[in-house]
Amino acid sequence: MADFNLASIGLDVLFKGKNMARLIGGLGVALKISLLAVAISIPSGILLGVLMTWENKIVRFFLRVYLEFIRIMPQLVLLFIVFFGSTKIMKLHVSGEMASIIVFSLWGTAEMADLVRGALSSIPKHQYESAAALGLTKTQTFFHVILPQTIRRLLPISINLITRMIKTTSLVLMIGVIEVLKVAQQIIEANRAKSPNAAFGLYLVIFILYFLACWPISMLAKYLEKKWKV
Amino acid sequence: MAEPLLFVEHLLKQYGDKVILNDINLTVNKGEVVVILGSSGCGKSTFLRCLNALEPIQGGTVRLREESITHDSKNLTDIRQKIGMVFQSYDLFPHLTVLGNILLAPTKVQGRDKAEVTQEAMALLERVGLKDRADSYPAELSGGQKQRVAIVRALAMHPEVMLFDEVTAALDPEMVREVQDVMLDLAEQGKTMLIVTHEMQFARAVADRILLIDDGHIIEDEDPEIFFTAPKSDKAKQFLNLFEFHRPKKNK
Ligand SMILES: Nc1ncnc2c1ncn2[C@@H]1O[C@H](COP(=O)(O)OP(=O)(O)OP(=O)(O)O)[C@@H](O)[C@H]1O
Ligand SMILES: [Mg+2]
Repeated sequence: MADFNLASIGLDVLFKGKNMARLIGGLGVALKISLLAVAISIPSGILLGVLMTWENKIVRFFLRVYLEFIRIMPQLVLLFIVFFGSTKIMKLHVSGEMASIIVFSLWGTAEMADLVRGALSSIPKHQYESAAALGLTKTQTFFHVILPQTIRRLLPISINLITRMIKTTSLVLMIGVIEVLKVAQQIIEANRAKSPNAAFGLYLVIFILYFLACWPISMLAKYLEKKWKV
Repeated sequence: MAEPLLFVEHLLKQYGDKVILNDINLTVNKGEVVVILGSSGCGKSTFLRCLNALEPIQGGTVRLREESITHDSKNLTDIRQKIGMVFQSYDLFPHLTVLGNILLAPTKVQGRDKAEVTQEAMALLERVGLKDRADSYPAELSGGQKQRVAIVRALAMHPEVMLFDEVTAALDPEMVREVQDVMLDLAEQGKTMLIVTHEMQFARAVADRILLIDDGHIIEDEDPEIFFTAPKSDKAKQFLNLFEFHRPKKNK
């Protein structure tokens, strides 16, 4: 007990030089990638999700293939395909950050589209029929009856998707985009001799940083879910 | 003098090759209450749904006065405003309050003044005993209350005909009466109504006319007293027997 100090759990390295600032900067890059991907995924997911409820079989078939492909492939594999595929094979210059944004947008769009499709098709048929029986046109039914209910179902689950996207960005260190985990590993390497427990302390801090980024969003999702329970 | 309002001529309804309704003919006068009976699956719901064009029909005509009602007519929403319908399932819009449910169609479809419709809605709610629930959401209401709101929602459009498809079938027994009382009240006021029900006592009390559908045809079109006391066809007798209970006497 007596010799307990910050070094014993590896937190001392945090306060050396600019390490803390570097870690937070890393989280910033991760957040930037996920927020850009979210900003792209939400509208395109809504569009594809609505298209998926259309009658047109060909449209539905291609969307299905896209969705299944993206979901079956681990995101890491997608990252490697896009990053190395474009840089090494097609000789295009794609930065790791760009590749990450592309992959997370493709993935987020697929997930969002499926959520939208699910929310739209979970509206019972009699909601459409009672609206029709009241004389509402198809457009009026969509905007006054179907859409408000869909949004209520959709908001909490799409916020959950956003937190999932933020968490999954931790994968991008595998293709060398500097972000939190990468920074942490660099700090660990640099301090291996002097502070052998740095790994534990740093991962703890990363856990806390990710938690702080995702927790408020999750709480918002829970709150909305309760408030709009139908 | 009887004023004919709703005309059904040679109505044919099929699902694929399966004929559900075959050569149905019916004229309903203004203020008449017609109760439609028939065994489960005989096409009662389908028939009501053809009357406000929720279902396309394969032959014949349905008219409200001069206006013909078909699934693809351009003025479909005009016609549907004149034919109110209440379903068996609770079909209120869950994201809107009771008042919101009632106001939606009159304000958006008919473009009526919100204050005027609100006033009318409150009066109607009072009549069905739900004035204090105007700001409740459907999830906070009992089944019987929901159905009364659904009736008010349809009435607020000032329909000329009201269709009721087994509106009490999904209710707990103690709530059936409160909804039936509302319908009896409407009958009393001279609303033109077509009612599908499995409650024979209620049918007898509310009806001016009883129709019995069997095998795609109207096989009885009768005054309720005659229908229930001295049914003419064997089919009608068989049907009514379903609602009678005979306990075999034990031989001691
Ligand atoms: N969308 C549909 N597609 C194919 N067949 C249908 C469809 N809807 C109903 N049917 C069939 O049409 C027939 C009549 O159905 P309908 O619902 O009108 O009967 P009902 O008299 O209202 O019965 P219930 O008393 O059980 O409500 C049934 O045999 C049913 O299986
Ligand atoms: Mg039915």
